[in-house]
Amino acid sequence: MTVAPDITKTELVQLYHQMKLIRDFEEACARQYMRGRIRGFLHLYIGEEAIAVGVMSVMQPQDYVITHYRDHGHALARGMDPNAAMAELFGRATGSSKGKGGSMHLVDANVNMMGGYAIVGGQIPLGTGLALANEYSGNDSVVVCFIGDGALSEGEFHEGMNLAKIWNLPIIFFCENNLYGMGAPVSEVFAVKDIYTIAEPYGIPAIQIDGMDVLAVREAMKGVFSHVRNGGGPYFVEALAYRFRGHSMADPAEYRHKEEEAYWRERDPIPSFKAQLLADGEVTEAELDEVDVDVEATVDGAVAFAEESPEPDPSELYTDIVGGGG
Amino acid sequence: MAEITYREAVAKALEEALDADERVFIMGEDVGAYGGAYAVTKGMLEKYGPKRIRETPISESVFVGAGAGAAMAGLKPVVELMTINFSLLAIDQIVNHATKVRYMSGGQLSSPVIYRAVTGGGAGLAATHSQSLEHWYANLPGMYVVLPATPRDALGLLRQAFTMQDPVLYSEHALLYRVREEVPDEYYTIPFGAADVKRRGSDVTLVAYSRMVHIALDAAQALAERGVEAEVIDLRTIRPLDMETVYESVRKTNRVAVVEETWRTGGLAAEIAAQIQEVCFDYLDGPVARVGGEDVPQPYASNLERLSIPDADKVIRTLADVVGIGA
Repeated sequence: MTVAPDITKTELVQLYHQMKLIRDFEEACARQYMRGRIRGFLHLYIGEEAIAVGVMSVMQPQDYVITHYRDHGHALARGMDPNAAMAELFGRATGSSKGKGGSMHLVDANVNMMGGYAIVGGQIPLGTGLALANEYSGNDSVVVCFIGDGALSEGEFHEGMNLAKIWNLPIIFFCENNLYGMGAPVSEVFAVKDIYTIAEPYGIPAIQIDGMDVLAVREAMKGVFSHVRNGGGPYFVEALAYRFRGHSMADPAEYRHKEEEAYWRERDPIPSFKAQLLADGEVTEAELDEVDVDVEATVDGAVAFAEESPEPDPSELYTDIVGGGG
Repeated sequence: MAEITYREAVAKALEEALDADERVFIMGEDVGAYGGAYAVTKGMLEKYGPKRIRETPISESVFVGAGAGAAMAGLKPVVELMTINFSLLAIDQIVNHATKVRYMSGGQLSSPVIYRAVTGGGAGLAATHSQSLEHWYANLPGMYVVLPATPRDALGLLRQAFTMQDPVLYSEHALLYRVREEVPDEYYTIPFGAADVKRRGSDVTLVAYSRMVHIALDAAQALAERGVEAEVIDLRTIRPLDMETVYESVRKTNRVAVVEETWRTGGLAAEIAAQIQEVCFDYLDGPVARVGGEDVPQPYASNLERLSIPDADKVIRTLADVVGIGA
């Protein structure tokens, strides 16, 4: 039995490659944070890689990504250069935003990665506006607006869903439900038990998917993109997932039970996908080992690049505040 | 030269932009069939259609943010906030996003959105509908804050707003819509950060913006009858601030008061006064005075409301008490 009938071997290896890149990149981030090279808050996506990789694998170049502060995975999966991403985390001049945004605010306009936004729910109105621009211009670009389960209680979420529906905007509200908003279990802070059903009163179609299975994400998103791209209006997706680390580096996640963590770690998207590929027989262990070596070199290279890069020139303090005009 | 009202000046600049640039659209509460809460967009829905004159839900946070987002994608939205008081429901989108994306992205993104918001009190609407909050936004790097006092300035400044590459808060005073003035027939714009001397005088400088320019002019008129010639400077934009024009005047008159409608405590006048004394200390013959609104939530009753907002008498009294002129 094949893993998925309509996907090439190259694409399968690519999915593995991207998940592994995000995982190793972030393991390196954690080490660099402990060394004091990365400042501020560092929120790791480890455990949730299948979502970003699965979604991006069926996105088109003209589509937009806008997301929350746990954004490294989205940026890398969308195609941000790991060197520029790591340099940004280091606060260096060669960073994707010249060191002015940091971990929570990765932007790469070249690949329509419109940014991570660190005020919970803040990206929802902006993403709705990107979708409005698409609808206004009559193009076929779709916006994927990632939110965490914590954003569901923000008014901006409900305002965004409403506006997107009444204006039939091409936007996918993609909820990465990792079960906790910081330390608060979503079941205790949000009144709707099956989260994806929140879309129903808005008349927005919705699905719940397994966010730990990259192929499941990919398959589901094909249909979602097709619906939205063809004028069907907004869509709501809930992906069930788990972050293996705490909320940030400062969080030992003592509010979670060991049994719960063990259950989800069992389902780690990377080893399980690897096992699936090997069982299928189309990809050999040697080929995946080669990917691992390649990723290791990329990540080591990114850390070296960031370390060797200069800090921003002091004159950068006063650039990029306003552009010209008049 | 044609005489037009302040309201017509705003509408004219909007229609010119809608005519000239397909990327321009207007959205906000009741901008469509209703014609705008202050009738500025009256007739535009019929003329430009619902794609470009977009009726929004009463949902400030999302339409303010969507304006910023659409601008990030290359459009030129004009978002009507009805009143500046309602901007508080969307302040996260302005403070944390629209004015930050350029800097935080290292210049990759920008959000050239225009926010129109009626400001000011005096219309019997009580405390929550009568505030002058524009100086809060003037505190923000990454934003322009524009407050026209006359039809000529309203037209020239709004034309200018459409050429800017970053968020503009363009705030119209509720009590100025019927002010009439002749405006040039030939096309003109007014740059941001260029104050205008609305009246020449050599004895004292009055610095003001928005409706308080008219109050300052009334005060100047009354002072002239007592032989005191006041110079009235209209800042026109409070971010950027044209302090050079203020300094030039103060070096001449040696006396100055800053007049504004918002609460005196923590108002913009405090900032302007600080800058004046830093630069013009040796030129001053008296303290820099501030004339501002009383530190109270604006009351409803007509007599109390009048007491809460600066008028010409208050300007004259303050000049006599603090600056020592015109008593």
